[in-house]
Amino acid sequence: MSSETIALSTVGQDARPIGERLHEWVVTVDHKKLGILYIVYGIVFLVIGGIEALIMRIQLVVPQNHFVSPQVFNRLFTMHGTTMIFFVVMPLLFGFGTYLIPLMIGARDMAFPRLNAFSFWMTAFGGVLLYFSFIGGYGLFGAGNAPDMGWFAYAPLTARAFSPGHSTDFWTLALLISGIGSIGTAVNFIATILSMRCPGMTLGKMPLLAWLNLIMGGMVLLAISPLTAAQIMLSIDRYLGGHFFDTQAGGSAVLWMHFFWIFGHPEVYILVVPAFAFASEIIPVFSRKPIFGYPVMVAATICIGFVSFSVWAHHMFTVGMSAYGNTFFTVTSMIIAVPTGIKIFNWLGTMWGGKIQFKAPMLFCVGFLFQFLIAGLTGIMLATSPFDWQLGNSYFVVAHFHYVIVGAILFTIFAAFYYWFPKMSGRMYNETFAKWHFWLFFLGFHLTFDFMHIPGILGMPRRIYTYEPGRGWEIWNLIVTIGVFFQTAGVLAFVANLVWSLWKGKPAGNDPWDAWTLEWSTSSPPADYDFAATPAVRSRRPLWDLKHPEDPDWKYE
Amino acid sequence: MKRSQQAHVPIHKLAGIAVLLAGVLLVATLCFGAPADPSQIPNIFRPQSTPANSILHLSALVLAITALIFVVVFSLLVYAVAKFRKRDEDDGREPAQVYGSNQVELAWTVIPTLIVLVLFLATARVIHSIQDAPKPLGAIEVIAIGHQFWWEFRYPALGVVAANELHVPVSNPSNPTPTFLTLLSVDTDHSFWVPRLAGKTDLIPNRVNHTWIDPQETGLYLGQCAQYCGTQHAKMLLRVYVDSPEKFEQWAQEQRKPAIINDAVEAGRQVFETTACVNCHAVSGTVADGRFGPDLTHLMSRDTIASGAAPNTRENLRAWIQNPDTIKPGSLMPAMQLNDRDLDALTDYLMTLR
Amino acid sequence: MSSAAFSGNTAEQQWVLPSRGRVGMFSLIAAESAIFTIFVVAYIFYLGKSISGPTPTDVLELPILGTICLLSSSLTIHLAVRALRNAKVGAFGLWWFVTLALGTIFLVGTGREWHHLIYDKGLTVSTNLFGTTYYSLVGLHAFHVTVGLIGIALAMIFTIFGKVQPEHAERAEIFSLYWHFVDVVWVIVFTVVYVIGR
Repeated sequence: MSSETIALSTVGQDARPIGERLHEWVVTVDHKKLGILYIVYGIVFLVIGGIEALIMRIQLVVPQNHFVSPQVFNRLFTMHGTTMIFFVVMPLLFGFGTYLIPLMIGARDMAFPRLNAFSFWMTAFGGVLLYFSFIGGYGLFGAGNAPDMGWFAYAPLTARAFSPGHSTDFWTLALLISGIGSIGTAVNFIATILSMRCPGMTLGKMPLLAWLNLIMGGMVLLAISPLTAAQIMLSIDRYLGGHFFDTQAGGSAVLWMHFFWIFGHPEVYILVVPAFAFASEIIPVFSRKPIFGYPVMVAATICIGFVSFSVWAHHMFTVGMSAYGNTFFTVTSMIIAVPTGIKIFNWLGTMWGGKIQFKAPMLFCVGFLFQFLIAGLTGIMLATSPFDWQLGNSYFVVAHFHYVIVGAILFTIFAAFYYWFPKMSGRMYNETFAKWHFWLFFLGFHLTFDFMHIPGILGMPRRIYTYEPGRGWEIWNLIVTIGVFFQTAGVLAFVANLVWSLWKGKPAGNDPWDAWTLEWSTSSPPADYDFAATPAVRSRRPLWDLKHPEDPDWKYE
Repeated sequence: MKRSQQAHVPIHKLAGIAVLLAGVLLVATLCFGAPADPSQIPNIFRPQSTPANSILHLSALVLAITALIFVVVFSLLVYAVAKFRKRDEDDGREPAQVYGSNQVELAWTVIPTLIVLVLFLATARVIHSIQDAPKPLGAIEVIAIGHQFWWEFRYPALGVVAANELHVPVSNPSNPTPTFLTLLSVDTDHSFWVPRLAGKTDLIPNRVNHTWIDPQETGLYLGQCAQYCGTQHAKMLLRVYVDSPEKFEQWAQEQRKPAIINDAVEAGRQVFETTACVNCHAVSGTVADGRFGPDLTHLMSRDTIASGAAPNTRENLRAWIQNPDTIKPGSLMPAMQLNDRDLDALTDYLMTLR
Repeated sequence: MSSAAFSGNTAEQQWVLPSRGRVGMFSLIAAESAIFTIFVVAYIFYLGKSISGPTPTDVLELPILGTICLLSSSLTIHLAVRALRNAKVGAFGLWWFVTLALGTIFLVGTGREWHHLIYDKGLTVSTNLFGTTYYSLVGLHAFHVTVGLIGIALAMIFTIFGKVQPEHAERAEIFSLYWHFVDVVWVIVFTVVYVIGR
């Protein structure tokens, strides 16, 4: 073994005092530690957001239930949405990106390590600020001043007249602060990927994870900013007497919607593109084949990145836009299905003719493919605006977007966890636990989100703390709630697996999956400096070339 | 290099069990979960009005196409998972390393593009037919005004002001009498959604929206506000009564009349007119002309109170006035803090407002 | 594992990638452009929609002096950076100072304009839609000018203490990109607010 693969430290062997170790984590600018901080942060809020969902589902299990008051319920759905998007999925994705990008491009750290740390702590503070809102006001039982306007905070509900407390302000400030963190991370990703690739790694030779995070970074720059701008405007309205969204002074409620969704739609692609990245790294390794159609995968994602900025008003089909407006956004929303569908076919093409091993990462990726397919198809239904006039703002939409965020994105995040856990910790996870996690979660997911489409079709709108009996919604709400318990069990199995494996897992070695990208050439976990000598590459799969010197990739592409 | 462990979990079996379980659940609930009265289910797939009908037809096309896509891609996925599994007796060599295929990738770009084109053309027609539908001469005009958390309905041509329960005449296709609604809001965003009659359209302050319905069968159609508007968004319910033309005329005539003056409930009327009630509510023919809350002139002609939150009975009315939060916590009507005698008198008075 | 299999035949000395500082600055500029775009869109959308109060034509006067100063400061900062690249630290310090002065004149001009609008014309952020969108847009720009001036002032202090050397030319240039961006935004704001909107 040469010097770049020496393992320097593993969990549990660091004998320094706890204070010193904690201090290192707080002041670190090492991308690996920051990545882990992001990921742990995301998991903590995943559990919190999940509890919020559990409470809501218990409230909705029967009609006219009194488990929580309407005020508490309204805070719960707002906090659940805001938490899951900004303080679970984004930190998890940024965390994996921060950890993996330098390792996959042969760099020693991100382009701006201190900015990296700053961005993490801004995001972290934003989440803490958001949850601080539960304290104060009417106190914990009355859920205090927690935001209760829905995660998209439509005007003029957010005006002082209709939201006299500070719930809106907590939402605005928490997201402004974490938005700065997100922009910082995006700047870092882009600069790292463009400026710090190792010799030989042209843009056409870098792993798809790097490409997709590059595209995601560009999208963050252009999408988070409109939200920041709109929130500044909202604060000017609320505190300086401005009239941006003040309908009494001629302001426009619809303008807020436009600004929000110009952020909001690209945001969901920002969430899904890194998920695509995980699938694009894991599926090839477990199928034992290279990704099918690398150039088209890149081109399709760039396409998705651009087109995603042109579809936003499909969230506003019911707002009373003209027929031309509705038609335009129908077209663009349908067009984006084409590059997205292409990617599904390419993943299938990767599996085709392979020798698939169904370890946990691959199981979750297959679940992702199945569920992303369905999510995309319900998306097409929602893109046809007349159909959306019925389905929009109903539980059908809630089912659709949970299908994407949980069924597609969270599944690939779980896959990524299992895939890179050995690299990050030096230990293998427990495969049996992981399979229990998968099947419990899969069952719970489908019980909840398959059947959730039906109340939407039967006229149940979203964001209601209770509903009338006799409309045919009861049985479906019951099944949906039952599914949550299976998902909870699955997540518990996941957390237990992580904790157990950190202490008792078998040593993983550098490359437990027989994979092909540069991170697997480092030790597990990697040394602080990642690479002792800067690698140089000749193809997209440098370790394949190493392992198959008689048949290297660079002879073929 | 360590050989990785084989996956001995019988994936197909478990997947099959899961599907079976889901299927059993589905059948069971369809059999046992069906509610008593199917007509009360606001099912978008059982339209009774042209806009909802057009949407149903379009959705049938969309569902057919998406179902086809699903079957094709899902089959490919299942096939791939089954056929290209690593076998136990595998020889340990890597499979053929295929990097892509221009023809295949072209095919699966062109075909989805064509599908999108077809879908788009079909959709554009329906958008236009619903949104740009001309208003025939016999149309009933209603101005629907959204409030937190109730609906105001005004029929300018008929001189009627109502609340929460919308009455419209049935529309005969040969001589259509659709109802065209102008949608306004005095406070935040709301959305008018009666699934069996039309898609939803939002009511947005400082903006004028339009929608129309032409229900072709009499009956009661349920809906509710579909845009989160605050604490009691959940109980901003809608009841649309589609009447025969005669019944509708009769209803409109009754609604036009001023309030019945009944001396037997004079005490209650005094309570009403000297308490804050008149600040928010109107009773035509009396001094009460507040506009913040629903018009109460013909309160007893409605089946429900508080925008559908409770049936219109004496007990509920009394409870509502005493403390609205017991029925609709967070509604904007304050508890009137009346003593029992005033409360009873007031309730008696309101019960005469037919 | 030998690293020879890694390196192939890539000539390492020819491996040139864009500077991370430049990429970072351009990324930041992209994000800031998006923020400004939203404020400009709001301004344009609300033109003519105020239901009361003074209109742009009533109260706005072209800020000629400030504009000339700000746009010239782009030239002077460019001259400063070029001087530093040519190792002329003294000339750098001079042009850098002129940039600082010109930027300050612009800000003072904006301040005076606002004073006039508020006290003489009765236009505040809460007066009407025009007031809200005008102060927000021009204010956002002025905020970015302020941040830039703080940076320039800091660098000025470092220069006076002799800490700035020719090897810092690249950093100065990257900073100047931000300043050029601020100027470009002003061109757009000027056109939209004082030319088209009036």
